[in-house]
Amino acid sequence: MSGFLAGLCVAVLPLLAAGFWLGRRTARPESLGGLGTPVEHATFQTLHTASLAAPPLRAGLTEETARKSARRLRTLLGTDALCLTDREAVLAWDGAGEHHRDEVLGRLVGPLEIGRGEAFRLRCDEPDCPLRWAVVAPLTVDDRVHGALVACAPRESAVLVRAAAEVARWVSVQLELADLDQSRTRLIEAEIKALRAQISPHFIFNSLAVIASFVRTDPERARELLLEFADFIRYSFRSRGDFTTLADELHAIDHYLALVRARFGDRLSVTLQIAPEVLPVALPFLCLQPLVENAVKHGLEGTADKRHISITAQDTGAEALVVIEDDGAGMDPELLRRILAGEISPSGGIGLSNVDDRLRQVYGDDHGLVIETAVGAGMKITARLPKYQPGVHSAGRFPRQ
Amino acid sequence: MNQNYVVPAVALVVLATVLVGAFGLRISRTTSDFYVASRTVGPRLNAAAISGEYLSAASFLGIAGLVLVQGPDMLWYPVGYTAGYLVLLLFVAAPLRRSGAYTLPDFAEARLASHPVRRLAGAFVVGVGWLYLLPQLQGAGLTLTVLTGAPDPLGGIIVAVVVVATVAAGGMRSITFVQAFQYWLKLTALLVPALFLVLAWQGDGAPRGAFAEPPAFRDHRVVRIDESLDLKLSRRLDVTATGAVDGRRYTEQRVDLAPGVHHVERGTRLAFGKGDRVPVADGGDNSDMSTSPESGSEERPLYATYGLILATFLGTMGLPHVVVRFYTSPHGVAARRTTVAVLALIGAFYLLPPVYGALGRLYAPELTLTGDADAAVLLLPDRMIGGIGGDLLGALVAGGAFAAFLSTASGLTMAVAGVLTQDVLPSRGVRHFRLGTLLAMAVPLAASVLVGGLPVADAVGLAFAVSASSFCPLLVLGIWWRRLTPPGAAAGMLVGGGSAFVAVTATMAAYPGTGTLHALLAWPALWSVPLGFLTMVLVSLATPGRVPAETDAILARFHLPEELRAEVKA
Repeated sequence: MSGFLAGLCVAVLPLLAAGFWLGRRTARPESLGGLGTPVEHATFQTLHTASLAAPPLRAGLTEETARKSARRLRTLLGTDALCLTDREAVLAWDGAGEHHRDEVLGRLVGPLEIGRGEAFRLRCDEPDCPLRWAVVAPLTVDDRVHGALVACAPRESAVLVRAAAEVARWVSVQLELADLDQSRTRLIEAEIKALRAQISPHFIFNSLAVIASFVRTDPERARELLLEFADFIRYSFRSRGDFTTLADELHAIDHYLALVRARFGDRLSVTLQIAPEVLPVALPFLCLQPLVENAVKHGLEGTADKRHISITAQDTGAEALVVIEDDGAGMDPELLRRILAGEISPSGGIGLSNVDDRLRQVYGDDHGLVIETAVGAGMKITARLPKYQPGVHSAGRFPRQ
Repeated sequence: MNQNYVVPAVALVVLATVLVGAFGLRISRTTSDFYVASRTVGPRLNAAAISGEYLSAASFLGIAGLVLVQGPDMLWYPVGYTAGYLVLLLFVAAPLRRSGAYTLPDFAEARLASHPVRRLAGAFVVGVGWLYLLPQLQGAGLTLTVLTGAPDPLGGIIVAVVVVATVAAGGMRSITFVQAFQYWLKLTALLVPALFLVLAWQGDGAPRGAFAEPPAFRDHRVVRIDESLDLKLSRRLDVTATGAVDGRRYTEQRVDLAPGVHHVERGTRLAFGKGDRVPVADGGDNSDMSTSPESGSEERPLYATYGLILATFLGTMGLPHVVVRFYTSPHGVAARRTTVAVLALIGAFYLLPPVYGALGRLYAPELTLTGDADAAVLLLPDRMIGGIGGDLLGALVAGGAFAAFLSTASGLTMAVAGVLTQDVLPSRGVRHFRLGTLLAMAVPLAASVLVGGLPVADAVGLAFAVSASSFCPLLVLGIWWRRLTPPGAAAGMLVGGGSAFVAVTATMAAYPGTGTLHALLAWPALWSVPLGFLTMVLVSLATPGRVPAETDAILARFHLPEELRAEVKA
C-alpha cells in the first residue's frame, strides 16, 4: 500500500498548496461584525470601500481603471448609476440607465468648462427608468478639469450633491497622486538617461595625449590606438536603447583597456575569466566599464608599482556574477559608504555611485554593487545581474563572429 | 558481473563530472586573448550540451528495456524523443530566445506581464522537474543493484548527494562543458559496446528473428524469480524448477506446465531449455505496487501509441532543463542552428538503444520475467561477450549510465532550484539557492524510495505528458497568437496541465489497475493537450479586455531578427 499512499500524498500536496494560495488571495479584512457602535461600523465600511476604489485610480484615469473603480464608488455613494468621464467621452457607466450616456455627455460641457458642479433633470422616455436626476462633480488635478463624476438618482437630493462633490474631491486626490507617480517615473527615466554614458573627460584627454605620443615614434601603433578610441567612443555615444549585452560591454572594456595599456605599459596586467553562458545577459549600458576605470584609477594613478586587475563573470543559475578586483590602494570603507550614500561628492569617484544607482533602479535595491575594500588592501566590486528582468532587453547589436 | 570494474568506472565518471564542472576551461586569460575569453557558446557546443542534458536514464536504459519486453512498437519512444526537437525548432526555438526569457516562468512574465501566471508556470516547472527526476533516481538505484547487488535506494542516494553537493556549492561553473562532455561520454559508452555486440552477433551466425513473438531462449538458462508472478503459457512448457510453483514445492524437479496461468513464488529458480518460448509474466500478487502503463498499452495499443507520440512531440519544449540552455545561444538564429545540431546528435544516439533492445530479445529474453528489463543494456556485454572484455565493456556502459543520471539530474535540479529560489522562497541569495537545491532533490528522492518501480521510460513519458499539456499551449499560443490573455493562459495551464498531473499521479498510485480508464490515465496527452489548448483559447476569447497592452511590441520582438529590431527601434 505504500505506493498508493505516497501517490496520494503527491496528489494532495499541490491541492493543499493551491487551496492555501487561493485562500490567501481571496482573504478579506476581518468582518467588523461585533466591533463598535453602528456608526463606527458604517465609518469602517465606508473607509474600506474607499480604500478598495483607490488602487485602480492610482494608475490614472483610463477606461479600464474607471471601470474598476466606478463599481466601488457607486457603492460608496449608494446611487442607482454612476459614471466617470474624461473631457471627451464617458469612460465607465456603472448601474442602470446606460441610455443616458449621450445626454449626460452633452450636459457636461458647461461644468467641465467652468469647473463647478451642478445638478440637472434627465429627460427620459422610458417609463421604468429609475433615473430622473443627475449630479455632476468635476475631477480637477492642479486646477485643471480632467473629467467628471456623474451620480444619477430618482430624485433631487442635497445630500447626494454634497456627497458627490466630496467623492469627486477624493477621486481628484487619487488622480493627483497618479500624476505624481507618473512624474516620478519620468524623473527616473530622465535620471537614467542623464546617468548613462558619462565617460570621463580625463580619459579622453589622456587617451589623445597617449596617441599623440606615438604618432611620430610608432605611427602604426598610433593608428591602431585611434581605431580603438573610435570604437570605444562610438559605443559610448550610441543612441539606441538603454541596455546592452555583457558581450558588448566586455568588448568596450577591451577597447578601453587597450588605450590604458598604451599609457601605463607593462605596469598593468589584466586577467579575464568569463563563463560563456552569461555573455548574452542584458545589462544597463556602460555599467561595468566605469568599474574597470575605477580599478585602474585606484590601482595605477599616483604610484609607480605594478598592478593587477582581474575581471570574472560567473554563471550562478538565474544570475550572472561579475567581479572586478584590483590590488591597488583601496579605500577607507567609511568614506566609500558616504560617497555611495551621496553625502559627500567624490573627487572623481562618480563612476561607482552612478553605477550603483542605475543597477538599483533597474534591478531593485537588492542588486546594488557589493564593494569589499580597506586602505592598502585593493578593492573587490561584485555586481549581480539577473539573466531575466522584465523590461530589460538589449537593443540587439550582435557582433557577427 | 564483475564489480572490480564497475565500481571504479562509476567513481571515475562521478569524479570526472565534478572536476570538469569545477575546473573545466576555468583558465584565466590575459587581455591579449580577449576574443578567445569572450567567445560565445557556438551552436555545436551548445547542441552537445543540450543533448547531454537531455539524454537521461530513460534514453540510455529505458528504451532498450521497453523494446526488449514489448517489441518494435516501442520504437516510437526514440522517434518521439527526437521529433520533439523538430517541433521545438519550427515553432519555439528562435522566438523563445528572442524573448530574453531564461526560464519558463520568465517567458510567461515576458509575454503576459502577469505575476500570477508566472507563479503558476513556476509551480508546473517544479512539478515536471520532480516527475522527471524520479525515474533518474530510480534508474540509478536499479543500475547499482543489478551491477553490484547494492540495496535498491543506494544508487539514487549517490546521484542525489553528488548532484546536490556540486550544484549547491556552485561547482557547475562550466556547465556547458560538463554537459557536452557527458553527451560524448554517453555516446561512446553505448557505441563502443554496441560495435562489439554486433560483432559477437555476427560471430554467432547472425541469428534473426529478434522480434519473433514470443521470444525464445537460445540456450539453456536458469532464471531466478525475484517477485512472485503469474506466468501465462500459450503452449505446454517443460521446466526444471527449484522452489514453489502453483503452491507445490520442487527441488531440481522437472515440471510439466499445461497451457494457462501458473503462479510462481518469489525465490523460485526455473531452468529453461534451448528453444523454449519465453512465457509472459503478469503482475501476480504484488498488486499494491505501481502497475505500469504497459497494461494500458496492451489493451489499447493504438491509443497508447498516439498518446505517447503526442506527449513526446509536444512535451520536449516544456522541459525546464532544456529551455534554460537556449539562453546560452547569443541570438535567435543561433538558437535555431543549435536545435538542428541537437536533432543530428540525439538522432545518432537513438540509433543505438534499439540495437540493445533487439539483441536483448535474442540473448537475454528472461529479463521480461524478472522485471529488470531496464537493465538489459547493462547485462548484455557480460552475456554476449563475457570474460574480461565483457567486464570492461559492461563497466563502460555502467559509467555511461551514471553520466546519464548525473547530467539530467543536475540540469533538472538547477532548473527546479532556480524556480524555488526565485518564486517560492522568501528572498533571493546564495543561501536560499542551496536550500532550494536541497528541496528540489529531497522530494523526488523520497518519492523514489516510496513509490514502486515504474519502467523508467514510462515514468519519463508521464513527465512529458504534463509538460505537453501545460507548457506547449503556453509557448505555442504565447508565441503565435496575439489574443492570448493572462486569465486564458492560467486557466489553460491549470486545466490541461493540472488534469494531466492528476492522471499521472493516479497512474503512479496504481489507480485503477485496468480498463479503459486506466489507459486514459496512463497516456493522458491525447485528451489533456487538446483540453489545455481549448481552455486557453476559449478563456482568452472570453476575456478580450485583458490582452496585455504591449502585445504587439512583444510579439514583434519575438519574431523579428535581432538586427532588424535594432533598426525598427531607431
